[in-house]
Order: sequence, then C-alpha cells, then structure tokens
Amino acid sequence: MTWGVIVFPGSNDDRDTRRVLADVMGAKVRMLWHKDTDLKGVDAIVLPGGFSYGDYLRAGAIARISPVMEEVSRFANAGGPVLGICNGFQVLCEAGLLPGALIRNSGLRFVCRDEPIEVANTATAFTASCSGGEVLRIPVKHGCGCYVLEKNRLEELEGRGGVAFRYADTAPNGSVNNIAGVCNERGNVVGLMPHPEHAVDPALGLVDGRVLFESAADWAVNGVAA
Amino acid sequence: MDFVARVYVTPKKAILDPQGKAVASSLQALGYDGVDDVRLGRYIELQLSGVAGSKAAENRVDEMCRRLLANDVIEDYRFDIEEKLEEQRA
Repeated sequence: MTWGVIVFPGSNDDRDTRRVLADVMGAKVRMLWHKDTDLKGVDAIVLPGGFSYGDYLRAGAIARISPVMEEVSRFANAGGPVLGICNGFQVLCEAGLLPGALIRNSGLRFVCRDEPIEVANTATAFTASCSGGEVLRIPVKHGCGCYVLEKNRLEELEGRGGVAFRYADTAPNGSVNNIAGVCNERGNVVGLMPHPEHAVDPALGLVDGRVLFESAADWAVNGVAA
Repeated sequence: MDFVARVYVTPKKAILDPQGKAVASSLQALGYDGVDDVRLGRYIELQLSGVAGSKAAENRVDEMCRRLLANDVIEDYRFDIEEKLEEQRA
C-alpha cells in the first residue's frame, strides 16, 4: 500500500507523517506537492497538520483551492481513503468534503496536550480496526479547533453516525457535542483535530494513533470497512 | 467601469464568537457599561476594474464571497459597491 502525503506551503507535520508511515510502519509513502495535478497512484491520502498558506483568511480556505485538491476531491468521491489531521481537517471542511467548520478555541488559547479520544463510529476507513467506544490517547495541538455546525445540520450529522471521534473528557476547545473528528457519509473521508501521527512511534511514548493508519490499510485492500 | 467593493464578513448569530466575547469583556473592564454583545468580523476592500456595470460588479462580488471570502457554514456577509470616479483612479 502506498500513502500520499500532501504538502502545502506551511504544512509542518508532513514529514512527521511520512516518517511514522515509512520508518515505523514500513509503508511506502509519496509526498504530493500542492501544485501536483496527479496523485501518482497512491492508495490513501493524508492532509497533514500545520498552517497552510499561513492560515490567511480562514484556516484551510486558501489550501482548498490548490490544484492538488481537485484530484483529492475526485479520489475522495471515488471512495479513496482520505485523512485530514488538524489543518488537514480544516482544509477538508473548507473544501466541502466534510461538514462543519473549525473556529478559534473557545478559551482563545492554543492547547497542546495529550487527550483521551473516544472512537464514536467504527464504520470509517480510519476506525475500522477499532472497537466502538474505545478510548485512544492522542495529542492535540491547535488554536483553531472548535468544531461548529448549525443545529439542524448537527442533528443530521449525529443521526447518520457522522461523528467519528469525541473528546472523552471536556473538549479542550469548546467543540459542539465534544466532537473531535467527523466523517463523510461513505466513511472514507475522515478529519480530526488530534494528531494520530504523533502517537505511533513507541520512542515518543504514545502508540494509540497507529490503529487509524492500520484501519486504512485494511480499507484499501477490502474497499469497505470490515 | 471601475468599482470599489466593501465586503463585511461576520460570524453567524448562532455561531459562538469567542473573540467577540473577549473584546466585550475587555470593554467592560475599561468601564464601558451597556456593551451587550460584540461580534468580531472581517472587512475586505476590493478594487475592481473592467466591469460591465454595477449589476455585473454585484454578481461578481457575491460569487467571490460565496466561493472564498466567506464560509457560509459559520459566516454571513454583506457588501456595498461604489463606482470609482475619474479623480479616484490611480
């Protein structure tokens, strides 16, 4: 299986992601530049964390009109697994591939700490190997991670199991319904604020993020959630 | 024709505005009573040239707002458009 990691100007977790996928998990990885118009045959895509285009206008607003995003949309609409982490989640929301938006943390502070994250839906490309209600310990580090959605659309999201992850404790950012991550209807596109790529290498202490990437490997082989 | 468009983007009423809240409490701390609510938004000024007319300018700016300048999940926008007079042109 080959992973594609998108590199926007201002991405800063792109190489962390490449390192854990390639060096810790032994997968093939291709870095995809934001101006690329070809996904080079990758089987799954990660939009990494960072500050694409300086987060000018709104986080993710400018990144989502990058040339590569047209291909990412096509890939996502064809059922390919796409994971947006932190800034990548913001980009997927701005691109309309995921519902909702992320605004400034309600406490107006940048938060950086390990958080218990509950898996709320196991029928997604990145949670298929988890058990329902499983709590993963994964770091968060963001200033703009408060998930918001209007009431009627929130009910619709909850109704269809669109919440993939919730903060098991109080949300560190004021997110509605403690939402830490969401998925599209098909479950192949997932975005979350916590950073699973920082919880893979045992040398760094946490390993609970690994299961997200393992799930996607199964999904890419079987085409659907197990 | 040349126009100047002034676009105002504000958080939707139903959406939390933590920055507006912080500004409101700062104003209260400075002794300004009666500031019931503050909504913090964004002001964008666009200089447009070669537009057919004011209706065309309006349509173009509206499209720009929907496609980039505002995110309709969280923000409302409004704008006004003014034709640039000869002496205002650079």
